[in-house]
Amino acid sequence: MANLTREETEALIAEVLEVYPEKAQKDRKKHLAVNDQSIEQSKKCITSNRKSLPGVMTIRGCAYAGSKGVVWGPIKDMIHISHGPVGCGQYSRAGRRNYYVGTTGINTYGTMNFTSDFQEKDIVFGGDKKLAKLIEEIEQLFPLNKGISVQSECPIGLIGDDIEAVSKKASAQFEKPVVPVRCEGFRGVSQSLGHHIANDAIRDWVFERDGKDLKSKFEPTPYDVTIIGDYNIGGDAWSSRILLEEMGLRVIAQWSGDGTIAEMENTPKAKLNLLHCYRSMNYISRHMEEKYGIPWMEYNFFGPTKIEESLRKIAAFFDESIQQKCEEVIAKYRPMVDAVIAKYKPRLTGKRVMLYVGGLRPRHVIGSYEDLGMEVVGTGYEFAHNDDYDRTIKEMGNATLLYDDVTGFEFEEFVKKVKPDLVGSGIKEKYIFQKMGIPFRQMHSWDYSGPYHGYDGFAIFARDMDMTLNNPCWNKLTPPWMKPAAESEDLAKAA
Amino acid sequence: MANIMIRRGDKGEYVFYLPKRDLEDTITSMEFDTPEKWGGEIKLNNGGSYYIDPQPAPERLPYSVRARRLDAAE
Repeated sequence: MANLTREETEALIAEVLEVYPEKAQKDRKKHLAVNDQSIEQSKKCITSNRKSLPGVMTIRGCAYAGSKGVVWGPIKDMIHISHGPVGCGQYSRAGRRNYYVGTTGINTYGTMNFTSDFQEKDIVFGGDKKLAKLIEEIEQLFPLNKGISVQSECPIGLIGDDIEAVSKKASAQFEKPVVPVRCEGFRGVSQSLGHHIANDAIRDWVFERDGKDLKSKFEPTPYDVTIIGDYNIGGDAWSSRILLEEMGLRVIAQWSGDGTIAEMENTPKAKLNLLHCYRSMNYISRHMEEKYGIPWMEYNFFGPTKIEESLRKIAAFFDESIQQKCEEVIAKYRPMVDAVIAKYKPRLTGKRVMLYVGGLRPRHVIGSYEDLGMEVVGTGYEFAHNDDYDRTIKEMGNATLLYDDVTGFEFEEFVKKVKPDLVGSGIKEKYIFQKMGIPFRQMHSWDYSGPYHGYDGFAIFARDMDMTLNNPCWNKLTPPWMKPAAESEDLAKAA
Repeated sequence: MANIMIRRGDKGEYVFYLPKRDLEDTITSMEFDTPEKWGGEIKLNNGGSYYIDPQPAPERLPYSVRARRLDAAE
C-alpha cells in the first residue's frame, strides 16, 4: 500500500477519533498528529506527558516502574528492595533482560526480588520497623552487597512511612549507601516521573555521600567517558562499549545496565557523559554539567549511519589521536556492515514499519530501519515529553503518523488502515498484532534477542527483522477451507 | 517564579531549559549580557519571554537561576 498523503492521514485520525465521546475526542485529538518537518516546536502539533484518559487502554507504567525497573534495577551490586506489597516486585522481576556479569545471589542481585511483602498490619501500624529488620536480614544473608535502595510502592506514600529516617540509620550502621527512593506508583502520569525521582535520588544520596568507604583510588585519564542511559538489554551496553574502547576512550561507568554503585560514584570524574536514553537520564546529566562541569551529548548507536555520525561527534570532543582511531574503527567495521546490508537489504527494502515504544527508540531506531531500506510510517512514545517530540519530528518523514500515549483501540485501528509490514512495540501489543496477521517485533526487550546497539547489534537487528518479516508463516494464516476454490484444486493436484 | 537552567548550545548560543515543563529552547535575546550585569528580560525562540533579576554574569555555565515568566508562548 502506498503511503498516505497528509490529508489522508488527517482523515484517518478523524475517523479513529469518531468513536469517542465528545470530551474524550477533544482530549485524544491533541495527542495524535501528522508529522510536519517544518515545525520547530513539537507542542504546536502534539501534546505529551499528560494524564491518560480514564477508560481507555493505556500502555504506560508507573513511577515505581520507572525507578525500580529502569534506572535503579540494573545496578547489579546493590539490592533493590521493593518496599510494599509483594506483587509490584514479583511481576516485574527480571523482565527487562538487563544482562550483567556476576554470580547472582553472591555479589550481584539483578534478577532477584527483594520485597517487604506488606500486609494489612503494616499498613495500619506502619512498615518502618519491618524495613529496618529487612535491611538487617539482607546484611546477614548477602554480606557482599555494596548498597541498598528502597523503592517505595504506592502504600508507603499513602501511609506516610519515614523511609528516609530508616535508610539514614541503616546507612550509618552498616557503612553502606542506603538510598530511599520516593517513587510511589501514583506519582506523575507515567514512568517518566519515576526516572526523574530516581535521578534525583542518585544526585542526593549517591553523589552527596562522603564515600569514605570507597577503597579504590581513582586515577583519571583525559579520555574518561561514561555511558549513561544504556540498560544493557540483551547486552546493548557491551556492544556499545567496545566501540568506544576501540576508539581509545576509557569507559569508567555504565549507567545503569551492568553498572555498579562504585561506577556511579566515579561518574562525576568523567570528561564527557555520553547519553543514550535522553528521556530517563537527562536530568542527572544536566545536573552533572552544572555542578561538575561535565559536558554531555546524546548519541545513537542504532544502525551504521547513526553510529558513524555519533562516533565522529564523540571523537570531536577529544584530540586528534582519538579522531584518527575513530575513523579506523569506522573503516574496520565497514566491510562487515556492507555484508549485512548486502544480505538483508534486498529482502527488506520497501517494507513499512510502525513503532510504539518508550523512551528513545521511537526516534533512535528509525536510522537502523532506513539503513535496511525500510521506512517508518508511524511512531509514538508511551511517556515522552515535548523535548522528545522536538527531536523526533526531524527524524520522521512528512505526513507520517505521530501518536502520544496511544490507546489500544487507536493503535489497532491505525495499523488496520496504514497496513504496515511490521509493527514494533511491547509485549502487551505483540499477540494482538500477530493474531491480526501482522509481523511483530518487541522493541522493548528485542524479543528475547539482542543486542541491537553498535555494529554487532546491527547485524543481529537485520537478521531478526528478516526472520520476522519473511517468515513463511505469514501466508499460512488463511486455513485451506477458507481459500478460494482454484487454489485448493491446485493443492489437490499437488497432493 | 520558576527555576530555569541556562547553558551554552552547540553554536555558543544560550539555551534555556525549564525542568518543570521540559521546555528546552534557544534564547534569542538577553537584555543585559556583560560580565558585570547579566540577565534582565530574555526572549525565547518560541516567542515566550522570562525575566531574570540582573546580576553579575555566572562564572560558569550551565547556571540555575530563578526566573519570572513575562509572557509564555502558549
